[in-house]
Amino acid sequence: MSSEINNIIYLVAAVAFIFALKRLSHPRTAVRGNLIGALGMLVAIVITILIAIDDPDISGLGYWLIGIGLLIGTIAGAVFAVKVPMTGMPQMVGLLNGFGGGASMLVAASELVATLPDIREALSSGTINTALYFFVGSTMAAGIIGAVTFFGSLVAAGKLQELKWVPNGNVIPAQQLVNALLLLLVLAGAVWGTYDLTKVWVFWPIVVIASVLGILLTTPIGGADMPVVICLLNSYSGMAAAATGFVINNNGLIIAGSLVGSSGIILCQIMCKAMNRSLANVLFGKLGTADAAAKGDDVYAGKVKSASAEEIGMLLESARRVVIVPGYGMAVSQAQHAVRDLSNALEARGAEVEFGIHPVAGRMPGHMNVLLAEANIPYDKVKEMDDINSSFEQTDVAIVIGANDVVNPLARTDPKSPIAGMPILDVDKARTVIVVKRSLSPGFAGIPNPLFAADNTLMYFGDGKKAILDLVAALKAAA
Amino acid sequence: MNPLAISLLLLASAEPGAASPAAMFVTALTVFVLATFIGFEVITKVPPTLHTPLMSGSNAISGITIIGAILVAGLKLNFITSFFGVIAIMFAMINVVGGFLVTHRMLGMFRKKD
Repeated sequence: MSSEINNIIYLVAAVAFIFALKRLSHPRTAVRGNLIGALGMLVAIVITILIAIDDPDISGLGYWLIGIGLLIGTIAGAVFAVKVPMTGMPQMVGLLNGFGGGASMLVAASELVATLPDIREALSSGTINTALYFFVGSTMAAGIIGAVTFFGSLVAAGKLQELKWVPNGNVIPAQQLVNALLLLLVLAGAVWGTYDLTKVWVFWPIVVIASVLGILLTTPIGGADMPVVICLLNSYSGMAAAATGFVINNNGLIIAGSLVGSSGIILCQIMCKAMNRSLANVLFGKLGTADAAAKGDDVYAGKVKSASAEEIGMLLESARRVVIVPGYGMAVSQAQHAVRDLSNALEARGAEVEFGIHPVAGRMPGHMNVLLAEANIPYDKVKEMDDINSSFEQTDVAIVIGANDVVNPLARTDPKSPIAGMPILDVDKARTVIVVKRSLSPGFAGIPNPLFAADNTLMYFGDGKKAILDLVAALKAAA
Repeated sequence: MNPLAISLLLLASAEPGAASPAAMFVTALTVFVLATFIGFEVITKVPPTLHTPLMSGSNAISGITIIGAILVAGLKLNFITSFFGVIAIMFAMINVVGGFLVTHRMLGMFRKKD
C-alpha cells in the first residue's frame, strides 16, 4: 500500500473528528456526531493495523502484542464507560486525560529507543540529517507534555475520587519555587539533548522530572478550581498527541491533537472568566484569606431564618415561577432524581420551572447539565447563567441546592472580597430564596454568604436528597 | 466548508516524501497551527450544556495516538519498544473505547421538552 493512500485515509479520519466536534453544537445532532468521530477512529485503527501487517518487519510477537493491547484496552475502556456513575464523570475524564498523555509519552519513548542506532550511526559517520534534530526535539516535547499530563491527571482523578492517600495541598516547602526550577530544568534539558545529539539520553531524566512536576503542579489545586485543571490537562493530552504526530510524521495525529488542545484551552478560558480569575491565579495563586472578609457570626447573627418542609411546601404551592440552582452539593448527595420529582410536582401544580447553571458549578464544565439530563430533565429547561439572570426579578421562588459561592451577592457588592467581580446567579433578586444546605459553613472561597441572612431568604437545613424528597412529600400532601 | 479548512486539507494531503526535512517540519507546523484555529472556531460553538460530553469526546479523539502505539508495538523489535508499545496501545484504546462510549451514553440522556 502506498503511503500517499495511507495519509489520505488518516486525513479522512481527521475530517471525521472535525465533523464530530462541529455536530456537538446542538444536543440533537451530537449523538450522530459522536458516531462519526468513532467511525473515523475505527478507520484510522484498521488502516494502521493493515500497515503493520503489510510491513516486512512485523514479527509473530508483534501480532500478539497488538492484539492483546487492543483487547485489554477495549475491555477496560468499555467497563469504565458503562460502569461510571454520572456523578463520577469528572474523575473519569481526568483518568482518560491521563491515559491519553501516558500513551503519547510511551510512543515517543519507544520511537526514541528504536531510532537510537540511527542516531549513533549518524554521529559516528558525521552525517547528521536535519530530520534527526526535528525528530529528537518533537520526541522531547511529547515525552515532557505526556509525562506532566499522565501524572498530573492521576493526582487530579485521585483527588476528585477523594482517595485519602492522594496528596492534597503543598507537599514540599516552597512548592511553587521548586516547580519553577523543575520546569526550567526540563526545558533546558530538552534543548540541550536536541542541540547536542550525543546527549540524547537526557530524555529519560527529563521525563522523570516532568512526571514529578506533573504531580507537584496538581496537588495544591483546591476542589472548586478542579474544573480549570481538568480542562488544562485535557488540552495537554491533545498537545501530547500532536507532538507525537511530529515524532512519527503523521498529519492525522497532528490535526486530532491540536483540535483537542484548542478545546481544552477554550474551556479553560470559559472557566477562568466565570471565576473572574486568571489562569495563573488559579494554578499558582491562592484565594484571598477569609480574615479579610467579615466573620460568619457577624453576618449571620440573629438574621438567619430557617423553615421546615411543610412551611416551604405551602410557600411553593402558590408559586408561579420557580428557578432551581444546583451546585456541587447536588452531585455529592445524588439529589438529581429527587430534584426532578420536585420539578414535576411543581409543574403538576401549574408552576413554570427552570434551572439556572453557573459555568463553574460542579467539578467540571457541564457537570450539572449531565446530571440533570440523567434525571430526565429536558435540556431546554436548563438555562445558562447569562440567559436566566434577567428573569430572577419575575421569579417567585429560587431554590439553591448545594451551591454557595456562585450565588454570593458579595461578588457584586464588596470589591475587597476574594470573589469580587465574579459573575454570579442573581438568586437574591427573586421574591423568596430557599437555600438547601447542611449548615451555614462557607463554600470553597471560605467567606460567609450574606444571601443566607437576607430578608427574603429561608434556610432549609438538611442533606440535599432527603430534604428535597421531604419537600416533594409536603407539596403533595398540600394538594 | 470555510477557506481555512480547505487550505488545511490541501496542505495535509500533500505528500512530503521528496521535500527536505526542514520543509517537512514547516508543513507539519502549518498543519498544526491551522488545525488549532479550526478547533477554536468549531469548539466555541459548543454550548455549555454539552461541555462534559465535549471533554469526554475529545478524550476519545486524543486516543488517536494509538496509531503510533500500534506501529511501535508491532514493528520496532526490541524488548523496551514492545513493552512500552503494548502499554501505549492499552492506554490509548481505553481512551478511544471509553471516551466514545461514555460520550454516547451521556448524549443519549439529553432530551427535549415533550
